[in-house]
Amino acid sequence: MATLQIIDLHVSIDVDGGSKEILTGVTLTINSGETHAIMGPNGSGKSTLAYTIAGHPRYTVDSGQILLDGKDVLDMSVDERARAGLFLAMQYPVEIPGVSVSNFLRTAKTAIDGNAPSLRTWGKEVKKAMTDLKMDESFAARNVNEGFSGGEKKRHEIVQMELLKPLFAVLDETDSGLDVDALKIVSEGVNRVKASTDMGVLLITHYTRILRYIRPDYVHVFVGGKIAEEGGPELADRLEDEGYDRYLVESS
Amino acid sequence: MSETLTNPSGAPEWSDLPVQTRNERFASTQPEDFPAISARQLEWRLSPIDALNALAEGELAGGHYDVTVIGASYDWVPMATIAGRAGLPEDRVSARAWSMTNDALHVHVDGSGDPVVIHRDLDGVRAGHLVIEFTPNTHRSVIIENHGTVALAENVEIIAHDGSNARVIHLNEWDNRALHAASHFVRIDKDAHVDHILISLGGAVQRVNPAITLAGTGARIESYGLYFADGGRHIEHQVFVHHKAAQTRSNVLYKGALHGNGTRTVWVGDVLIGPDATGTDSYEANRNLILSDGARADSIPNLEIETGDIAGAGHASATGRLDDEHLFYLQSRGITESEARRLVALGFLLDIVGNIGIAELEERLTATLADALDAVESSA
Repeated sequence: MATLQIIDLHVSIDVDGGSKEILTGVTLTINSGETHAIMGPNGSGKSTLAYTIAGHPRYTVDSGQILLDGKDVLDMSVDERARAGLFLAMQYPVEIPGVSVSNFLRTAKTAIDGNAPSLRTWGKEVKKAMTDLKMDESFAARNVNEGFSGGEKKRHEIVQMELLKPLFAVLDETDSGLDVDALKIVSEGVNRVKASTDMGVLLITHYTRILRYIRPDYVHVFVGGKIAEEGGPELADRLEDEGYDRYLVESS
Repeated sequence: MSETLTNPSGAPEWSDLPVQTRNERFASTQPEDFPAISARQLEWRLSPIDALNALAEGELAGGHYDVTVIGASYDWVPMATIAGRAGLPEDRVSARAWSMTNDALHVHVDGSGDPVVIHRDLDGVRAGHLVIEFTPNTHRSVIIENHGTVALAENVEIIAHDGSNARVIHLNEWDNRALHAASHFVRIDKDAHVDHILISLGGAVQRVNPAITLAGTGARIESYGLYFADGGRHIEHQVFVHHKAAQTRSNVLYKGALHGNGTRTVWVGDVLIGPDATGTDSYEANRNLILSDGARADSIPNLEIETGDIAGAGHASATGRLDDEHLFYLQSRGITESEARRLVALGFLLDIVGNIGIAELEERLTATLADALDAVESSA
């Protein structure tokens, strides 16, 4: 049982002529096996939270803490965070010329586990993960994300999650740009990993659609860089009906 | 018409030189027709003059040398009877190599089958002339493996006769002390296709300038270059593609990585589309990856078009550092920063290796480049 704690997190980015505060005090605790949905309008800071957890250098933490089982995540480099068990499924995965998917997956698995995966089983594992996400085997020989469609990139993110088996996964708008079939495939992947590893999930989304396939235990409404309201899955249903206007009026 | 992109990091110290179209450049086999080399001359302006004076002045040994040729017949042929069918010297070092060589090494490639391998391990200060001739309709690869401590001034003529399909891979893995100044003249006849692949590793100074003439209708060239420069090396390539005949196609892509203080690479790409070269298609690009402070890459594409009827012509040049977003993506999967840097840099270079088309050589080069990048990362 692991715990990821975010405590009064304030984060800013550099803009022309100064810095701009994006997160204005986020507090959130996720335990293994739990799924937390973070929902909010565009520009509310959802993705900033995702990238700050992963350690993207663009974001400056002004105050607050992120703790993984009590260990200071903010003190870790990007790769140390991943090796500690954090995973970010990105909204816009980059294309990396000349680096094959199979080489990338093996290198990442070796880094996370601390030793190279068994030759005997690794190939089968990769093949199964790709088949489960309805990705053709030929993707293994292609360069990372190069020429992948939007949906293929998202499925590739979930393949990585299946293989790397993190303690906590942050899914940054994984549902955006997916048609309903792809959304089902990706959601099944997330549910499969959850069931087999007791992974905790922070599911960041603008829309309630994905919550039909990945049932959240908690829903947090994100407005103006912090959590404006929290509740159970019923809160998502209410957002479905009412949208975010109510919060925007209150915060302005 | 000529357009020049200058490296923003360097003042164009040659700006007092007259604009000259590539077509008008002087050619001669006589060294005395060329002045002593200096940075005031267009073709030497970015080159290390002091080092290259070892080849631009003084005696060059011009006799036969030890060579191993596997898969093709070869002989030594007097220069007067064989040289000059693919091009003539356009600079002093090339003219000196030409005039000081007694016999050219003539490699005769025909048929199909396994790649021909020309292996040389050279030392001393010498001149050379190599002619590689592909007979009509030949479909074959030639690998030229160069090793040694030599200071070498050389001309290489590659002649692809009608309908031949030729792949020539120059694998220059020189000793750290080596100097290599070469002109490659590539003549491509009717409906022939040449892949010219230049791999430049090692050496103190390498200056290898391919001049490619698309002489026959339907001729095609794929010109690839790969260089890895570290430890203060100078690696230079001036690539000239002359679309002389109609319906000809060219694609030029050179990629290089640089590391270390004082390391310098130069790429000048000239494409000339002549008045008779209607319906041609050309593209040239150079990309450089700067892996440390203190290294400098110059990249200058030029395009001259003398006909109104072309299918396409384009060029591109980019010099930059490793992309932070690439590194972040890999690191976010647990891969250390130095391993991520190595992977991305290797990926950048493998783009060229993948065009070699000979699996064994591709694997060997991949390992060589991985080792070179390991050394760079462990020195960081």
